[in-house]
Amino acid sequence: MCAELIVADADLEGDEEHLDRLALWALRRYAPIVAADGRDGLVLDVTGAAHLHHGEEALLADMVERLAAVGVAARAAASGTWGSAHALARYVALPTAAVSSDQSGRAIAHLPTRALRLPEDTILALSKMGLDQVGEIERQPRAPLALRFGPELTRRLDHAYGRTAEPIEPIEAPEIIQVRRAFAEPISAPETLARYTLQLVEALCRLLDAKSLGARTLDLRFHRVDNQIEVVRIGVAKPLRDIRRLTRLLCDKLETVDPGFGVETMVLTAPFTDLLLPLATSNGLTGVTDPDVSELIDMLANRHGARRLYRLAPAQSDVPERSVRKLEPEAPEIAEAWPLRWPRPARLLSRPEPIEALSLLPDRPPGSFTWRGVRRRVSRADGPERIFGEWWRRDGELDAVRDYFQLEDEAGSRFWVFRRGDGEQPGTGDLRWFMHGVFG
Amino acid sequence: MTIAPSPFERLRTEIARIEGVGRTQRQVLPFGVASLDARLPGGGLALGALHEVAGGGEGVIDGAASALFAAGIAARTRGKVLWCVTRTDLFAPALNQVGLSPDRLIYFEAGDDKAVLAACEEALRHGGFGAVVGEISRLSMTASRRLQLCAEDTGALGIAVRRWRRQAEAADFGQPTAANTRWRVSALPSTPLPDAGVGRPRWFVELLRCKAGECADFELEACDETGRLALPADLADRSSSTAAWEKRAAS
Repeated sequence: MCAELIVADADLEGDEEHLDRLALWALRRYAPIVAADGRDGLVLDVTGAAHLHHGEEALLADMVERLAAVGVAARAAASGTWGSAHALARYVALPTAAVSSDQSGRAIAHLPTRALRLPEDTILALSKMGLDQVGEIERQPRAPLALRFGPELTRRLDHAYGRTAEPIEPIEAPEIIQVRRAFAEPISAPETLARYTLQLVEALCRLLDAKSLGARTLDLRFHRVDNQIEVVRIGVAKPLRDIRRLTRLLCDKLETVDPGFGVETMVLTAPFTDLLLPLATSNGLTGVTDPDVSELIDMLANRHGARRLYRLAPAQSDVPERSVRKLEPEAPEIAEAWPLRWPRPARLLSRPEPIEALSLLPDRPPGSFTWRGVRRRVSRADGPERIFGEWWRRDGELDAVRDYFQLEDEAGSRFWVFRRGDGEQPGTGDLRWFMHGVFG
Repeated sequence: MTIAPSPFERLRTEIARIEGVGRTQRQVLPFGVASLDARLPGGGLALGALHEVAGGGEGVIDGAASALFAAGIAARTRGKVLWCVTRTDLFAPALNQVGLSPDRLIYFEAGDDKAVLAACEEALRHGGFGAVVGEISRLSMTASRRLQLCAEDTGALGIAVRRWRRQAEAADFGQPTAANTRWRVSALPSTPLPDAGVGRPRWFVELLRCKAGECADFELEACDETGRLALPADLADRSSSTAAWEKRAAS
C-alpha cells in the first residue's frame, strides 16, 4: 500500500519512563504538585506558583514553547479543576487555553463525552442514548444516570465541575532534597505554622549546607486532614540557604494558606537548587562595596510578581518608545547608557497625543499649539531632531520621518512634540503634530 | 561649683531622648548650592529621613520637574536606587541625563498607592538602597510617620514624589505629614540664550516646610548630568550695586 511507511510498536514502558522525566522537569520548573495524567499527559497544580511565571497564560505558553524546542508537540490548558483542564487540553487547546475557575464548567459543556475520562463502554452507551456532549449529561437528572451507568459517571462529572475534590498524588523524586514533619494533632494557628516553617527551613538548610547547595525555589506543602494539599512556592534570584531570609519569604505567603480543619503534615522541598560555595567578602581594604539588595528584591518579587521589578537599559533604536528595554533587576551591570546630548523628556506619554499646531514648512517650530484643550503660545523652541522610521521592523516605516521639537511656553513649561513627515516629501508623513512628552 | 541642671534642662533631655534625637548620627547630603544649603539644618538634606517633593502648576499632574529633582538627589547618593511607580511614564533616558545611570536604578511597578507605600517601607527598613523614591498621591500622617521611622532606623534616604491625577486633588499637599522637608518644584522659563533656542531649564524651588528650619524659595538651574543644581549666572554674579541695595534693604 505505502512502501515507505515505517511501522514501530508502541513502547508503553518507555513512554511512561519519559513521562516521569517530564513530570520531574515540570516539578522543578513550574509547580510544586505534578503527577502523570493518564498515559499521555501531566497534571500540575499551579496554585500559588503561577505568579513566578507572570500568570497562567504566560506559564502555559512558556511550557509549550520549551517542550516544542525539544521536539514534544504539547497542548496545555489551565482551569479550575483537574477534570476540566484535562478536557480542555485535549479538545480545545490550540496549543494553549486558560479558563478562569468560575468558567471551568461552562467551558467544557460543548465537548464530547470522551473528554470526561470515562470507560469506553460508558461512552458507547451514552452515545446510544443520544448524549454526545458533556453539557447534555450535566442537564440530565442525576439519579437515573447513576442507576444506569454506576457511580463512575457522576463521580467524573463532579470532578470536572468541581463539586467534589480530586486530590493529586504528587510525584516524589528521590534526588530532590526534602524535609517532612508530621504532627500528632492537626495544627492550624498561623503562629504554629510559622514556627514549624522555621524548623523545616533549619533542617533543609542543614541538608543544603552538607551538599554545598543553595535553593532557587522552595515548595512548602501543607497536607490537610481532608486530603487537600495547600502549597506555597517561593523563588529567589540567586541560590540561597540563609535560614532567616528563606523563612521570611515563606512566612510572607502563609496568609494565602487555608489550613481548613487542620494540617497534619508539612513537607518542605527544594526542587531547584544550585551550587553555592563560600564566597570571600571584601575585607575593608579593597574599598567600599555597595550593600546587597537581593533580599528586598526577592521579597517584592515573591509578593507582587517578578515582572513588576526591573531595570531599564538602552536598546538599539532611535525611536523613543523603542529605546528602552527591560532587564532583570539583578542582571549584570551594563556599561552603556543613552546619549546625554539630546534632550529627553522626564515623562513620556504612553502614546503620542494629537495636538493642533501650525508651522512654517519645512523646519520651523509651531508658534502656538493646543493640547488637551489648552492653547499655549511658544516663546522658545529647539529643533528639529529628525528620527527616521525603522524599515527593518515594519515595511510601513520605510519612508516615515518624525521631526521632534522642544517647545517652551510663556509660563516655562517645556514639551516634546513631533511632526510626522519632513515637510518636503509627502511620502514621509501627513504633517500632523503630536505631543510626546513633558520635560522637567 | 557645679550647678544642678534646671528642671527645664532635664525635661528637654528627657524629651529629646523620647523623640529619638541623636539616635542615629545625622548625616546630610549637601546640594552644593551655598544659599540652599544654608537654609537646611546641618547644611544639606538630612539622610535617614523622608522628604516630600511635588510639582507646582501643571507639575501636579505630570510630575516631571519633581521627578527630576528627586532623581538629582538620588543620583548623588551611593548604591542602588529603588523607584516605585504606579504609572509607567517615567522616561529612563531623562533620568540618565541627571546622573542616575541605568545600572543603579531598579523600578518597581506597583498596582496602587498601598503597594508603593509597603514597598517603600520595606526598602527603607532594609537600608541597602542609596535612595528610595515613591510616587504617591495620598500620603497620610500615619503612612509618612512609618516611612520616616524606618528611614531613621537605617539612615536611608526616602523621597516621596507627590503626584495627583487631577489639579483639584493637589489640595492634599497642604495636609501635614511627618516628612522632614517638603519641596515644591515648578518650571520657569529657561536660561536665555543669545540666539533662538531653549537654554538650561530653570526651576522655582520652594522649601515649603523644613523641620528645625525656615521656609525659603530659590530660583535655580535644573540638575546637570551629575544631578547638581546651580544658581543661575545672572543671579550669582549680579552687579555690586544690586548687592549693596539688598544689604541696605535687609538692614
